Amino acid sequence: MMNERKISARKNILAAANSLRWEVGENFHDALMEDIYKDAAEISAKTVSRLSEKPKFTFDKTLDKLVTSKWTGFPVMFLMLAVVFWITIEGANIPSAMIASFLIDDIHPLLKNIAASINIPLWLGGVLIDGAYLAMAWVISVMLPPMAIFFPLFTLLEDFGYLPRVAFNMDSLYKKAGAHGKQALTMAMGFGCNAAGIISTRVIDSPRERLIAIITNNFSLCNGRWPTQILIATIFIGGAVPAYVAGITSAAAVVAVAVLGIAFSLVVSWSLSKSILKGEASAFSLELPPYRPPRILQTLYTSLIDRTLFVLWRAVVFAVPAGIVIWLVGNIHLGELTIAEHFVNWSNPFGILLGLNGVILLAYIIAIPANEIIIPTILMLTVLTSNLTGGAGAGVMFEADSAEATANILYSGGWTVLTGVCLMLFSLLHNPCSTTIYTIYKETKSIKWTVVSTMLPLIMGFLITFFVAQIWRLIE
Amino acid sequence: MIDTGKCETCPAHNAGNLIKLGVNMKDFDFIVALAGNPNTGKSTVFNALTGLKQHTGNWPGKTVARAEGGFIYNKKKYKLVDLPGTYSLLSTSTDEEIARDFILFGQPDVTVIVADATRLERNLNLVLQVLEITDRAVLCLNLVDEALRHQITVDERALARELGIPVVPAAARQGKGIQELLKNINDVATGEYICKPHRISGASKELKKAVDKLQEQVEKEFPELPNPRWVALRLLEGDQKIIDAVTSGDLENITKRKILKEELPALT
Repeated sequence: MMNERKISARKNILAAANSLRWEVGENFHDALMEDIYKDAAEISAKTVSRLSEKPKFTFDKTLDKLVTSKWTGFPVMFLMLAVVFWITIEGANIPSAMIASFLIDDIHPLLKNIAASINIPLWLGGVLIDGAYLAMAWVISVMLPPMAIFFPLFTLLEDFGYLPRVAFNMDSLYKKAGAHGKQALTMAMGFGCNAAGIISTRVIDSPRERLIAIITNNFSLCNGRWPTQILIATIFIGGAVPAYVAGITSAAAVVAVAVLGIAFSLVVSWSLSKSILKGEASAFSLELPPYRPPRILQTLYTSLIDRTLFVLWRAVVFAVPAGIVIWLVGNIHLGELTIAEHFVNWSNPFGILLGLNGVILLAYIIAIPANEIIIPTILMLTVLTSNLTGGAGAGVMFEADSAEATANILYSGGWTVLTGVCLMLFSLLHNPCSTTIYTIYKETKSIKWTVVSTMLPLIMGFLITFFVAQIWRLIE
Repeated sequence: MIDTGKCETCPAHNAGNLIKLGVNMKDFDFIVALAGNPNTGKSTVFNALTGLKQHTGNWPGKTVARAEGGFIYNKKKYKLVDLPGTYSLLSTSTDEEIARDFILFGQPDVTVIVADATRLERNLNLVLQVLEITDRAVLCLNLVDEALRHQITVDERALARELGIPVVPAAARQGKGIQELLKNINDVATGEYICKPHRISGASKELKKAVDKLQEQVEKEFPELPNPRWVALRLLEGDQKIIDAVTSGDLENITKRKILKEELPALT
């Protein structure tokens, strides 16, 4: 029970506060801040000393001049990205082939033999070993090596303090697009994982700008799509140039797609802030943190545990059921043909219009849960529908021993350089994976914005690949 | 004699407020808040104290969700709450509001302020503001290795004297200073060390007069309040949370906590 006296005493306090607020005037807040600054300066003067007269910030300053200057900032950024991808592409090939040959050439027949010796029904062995196990094996062999190289490199850059410089460079561009400068940071997070990037948009206070950042985050290539980009670039772009420049050309192609993604995020942000999400960009201050010598061992540890294994585990979890689905659609017959063949035949004309084919479209439907399994799904379906020999049979996701073998399968499936280019574009521009869609819903609590974020990139993907295919064919 | 101050020293004393602020209150003895400017290594200190491997990144504003963790030191269980990094506690931005309300209403037993030794003066602005709200704080002077690299040294003993709280030099990335930090957190939490926090002196006469007048009234109505001056300042500012807390009487729940040590003679 609150008695009358208390209530009136409290009202008096508030009334006094109101009248005093008028007395102290508008500059009260500034006066208070001045007092704080004064005390801070005094204490600091008493306790901080410099060993030498001239502070040694020269290294940081010189580096900042280089990486954030108007003229060299962007070239340095592209160059660094290219080097990171080049190391990833060159370094991942051999371990990938080694893991694949172990998991697929050694373990897979072993499992088949065990299954045969204990008389497991054929269909069950097919679902489990040719479907689930092979899907998992493929995902590990194709994803683990590039991730184990890419993530530590990326984390080292982050630890060193390079990310805020990227944001600093991008800030004015995003502001011109009517979006928040911090979107540059959330975009950079999206390069790791779009779901993580979308959660990181919480750093943006304005709901309007946050929505823009969420909708456009999918334009950052995520780790599930890097392997696809890298592999297709190696086969089709690297394959079209002389061997001695193949590595660097493929790396450049991947950078080009990544930069195209950034460009799309700017253009879409701009159109959104001029149409359904109208408004001014709000100002913010971004402090450039000092460069810190990266802790190599700790970075290796955290990027392996937090990112590589986490992402790999997620991929495996999604690959297992997807592998089962692939085996089933590849083996259940409706009339003469399997379900997969029915769909591929039906969607092929549409796929061709987009410079793709029915196989790719089906693969993107099966791979909605995880972008990581696109390539194995495509390979399996290609073998299945073009009746190639050498694959491991209907519904088996297999690993071609090397990029070259993969290339042979794709070429004999009727793929051209155009298919490769359009696949790289479509991999950049399509719906986010189901985890990301769910995260968007959780963060926006709105079905409308979730649908917009899902459909917008997909429609853009259809349009862009369509035009690229038409123009390409005209020129040819 | 024993009964006096029992509530204040009981771990569950402030549970209601903390649950309101979304802290999981299961089973611990002390609550520790972690405040500091952005990019001073708060998350690194958090990881070093809790042994957790929360992802750290060298960019400001990385911590978007409030992190909680725990550790045991000297047989006492501590809950550690990582607050968003802010430059100040006076503005209306969400981050600053979260940090300010947590330190005021959540009444952590200890507030650890992580400061960047290479930018001490600017970091002190936040430190001084925190010390206006709470009188139980420890300053973790982080990145001393980097300061040394830039030829900067900080006299931590003089700093501790000026601020009236323990100051622990640390290089959290290398794990240096963490043991000392733990010991000082423990000392402040258990009342081994009694802080005499620096309070902002205030140059403007009118301001001082206004604050004094309001502070007197606040003190009269809420005699147990540990920081009537801060409340007076916030009321002048027109902080709605504080106005509501005055009206509802929630401010009464914020009380000076008796320190365990003071009770000890009474026990014997």
